[in-house]
Amino acid sequence: MAKIIKEKIEDIELTRAFRDEMIELARTNPAIAAVEADVGNCAYGPNFKKEFPDRYYDLGICEQSMSSIAAGMSAVGMIPFAHSFAVFASRRMCDQNYISCAYAQNNVKIVASAPGISSGENGGTHHANEDIALMRPITNIKIMEPADSTAMKWAVKNAAENFGIYYIRAERLKADKIYEDDTDFALGKANIIRDGSDVTLIAEGSLMLGTCLKSADILEKEGISARVVDIFTIKPIDTDMLVKCANETGAFVTAENHSITGGLAAAVTEALCDQGCGVPVKRIGIPNRFGEVGQVPDLQKVMHMMPEDVADAAHQAILLKK
Amino acid sequence: MKNYKETEKYALQIRIEAINMMYKHGFGHVGGSLSIADAIAVLYQDQMKYNPQNPKWDGRDYLVMSKGHCGPALYSALALKGFFPVEELLTINNIGTRLPSHCDKNKTPGIDMTTGSLGQGVSCALGMAIGLKIQGKDNIVYSIIGDGESQEGQVWETLMIAPNKKIKNFIILQDNNKQQLDGFTDDISPLGDMRQKAEDFGWFALSVDGHDVEAINDAIEQCKKSEKPGFIVLNTIKGKGWPAIEGADGNHAFRTPFFLAKGADDVLASLRKELAEM
Repeated sequence: MAKIIKEKIEDIELTRAFRDEMIELARTNPAIAAVEADVGNCAYGPNFKKEFPDRYYDLGICEQSMSSIAAGMSAVGMIPFAHSFAVFASRRMCDQNYISCAYAQNNVKIVASAPGISSGENGGTHHANEDIALMRPITNIKIMEPADSTAMKWAVKNAAENFGIYYIRAERLKADKIYEDDTDFALGKANIIRDGSDVTLIAEGSLMLGTCLKSADILEKEGISARVVDIFTIKPIDTDMLVKCANETGAFVTAENHSITGGLAAAVTEALCDQGCGVPVKRIGIPNRFGEVGQVPDLQKVMHMMPEDVADAAHQAILLKK
Repeated sequence: MKNYKETEKYALQIRIEAINMMYKHGFGHVGGSLSIADAIAVLYQDQMKYNPQNPKWDGRDYLVMSKGHCGPALYSALALKGFFPVEELLTINNIGTRLPSHCDKNKTPGIDMTTGSLGQGVSCALGMAIGLKIQGKDNIVYSIIGDGESQEGQVWETLMIAPNKKIKNFIILQDNNKQQLDGFTDDISPLGDMRQKAEDFGWFALSVDGHDVEAINDAIEQCKKSEKPGFIVLNTIKGKGWPAIEGADGNHAFRTPFFLAKGADDVLASLRKELAEM
């Protein structure tokens, strides 16, 4: 069971949590290695390099080669973590992630930082709003978006210990800590962060989980009891949890730092559809539009991803209940 | 003086089996399989460490056939060395086969990397060499690329990265057969002097007759002595060994009517006669 922190504690950046855990694992596992394509400094790469210079490969700006090179490293027994900004780790590396990593059945852990609008001031070229949609159909890939540092550390450890291709999203924003340090997670298992009975708000990632928790406060003042779920693993998705929430609350809002097409909303509705759960699902996320430059709080407003937007969507979902 | 008779014989056998399996199946990438046959023969006859009874032996040298469509030449070489029965070659591209058109390390004993999306295999090979370097091992990683494949950006990234990261024990063999799917490489996007370019990127680079097994072997020996990664341009003829298709239009991949039109039965009979007389 997930242990949820009650008080408000500011978390460390998730990129920091990722790198801290990698370093911890590398101390006992000589197969752990880092590959970068010139954005290692944005994800605490030098911390790893300082302790393990022989296992840190900054290849230069060549994300596609990075993916294939990581695949080759794993084919001789290494466990490479290949990091880049989500926009490059997905759109740019798509075919290499597919062929060199997944189709070839290699053992690469892809870490995608600054997904969605969290790449704010870098602008539309750097907003990965489709990365989950691009990665999700890849056979056997595991896709996780840890919502806090505890979840991130578990995700990195799980990825290192299990053979296969992982795609781990890592927001660089500072957020509130959600889980106690000794929380035990499971691949493909979502966690209820706040219970409720009228509607389920399903979030992925720290930004939208925090947003949903604020939205639940708004709804509570209106007398609406909203359950908040951290999906944690997008593939495989927790179908049991979705069915349970469908039966117990009868309405959903999905909230993702990603396009409303092909990501969390699609994964949730596909699973509900397969189970014959005919419940309303309203989708919050980046609508059918490109990203644009701006600071994250402003982009969150522009993209209609604020707590108030989630609350409005909850109202609509509740109205649509049979 | 080293005698290359067995290597030449093995190369001929590789050609016979490769043509035969693709002809019997009715489809295949014949031209590039024939141009690379001699280099593959040198690798498996004279150079690489391997164990057909234990294809994943960790003391082996690795080969990544980055131009993955030329799997048939490699399958022939592996079968002839006992990795799997020669009769299995006739299952190529049938449903459930262990021998797909493009190389797949998860299907075929002796295949070290899944390839087919051009440019990616050689990057994977570099990754293998990096991984082995981290582990302090001296296994050699070979990778065969095509000249057409060398138009892919990943090839050039590999050319840049390997010397920059001081990777040794990594040898690329470029099958410079001067043709690609759509026609002649020089008509589509010429590569210029690849040996010079590789040298400029920091490789120990040589250019040899890709159908002279002694020259290929000597080039590999020189690369192994270098502190730099090795790049060998193999000057070859696409379709080598089947006179009617050597350097001919449409020899990249073809189906039964082309096999028949170009006299596949006759060329197989002729090559088998040549083998018997060796």
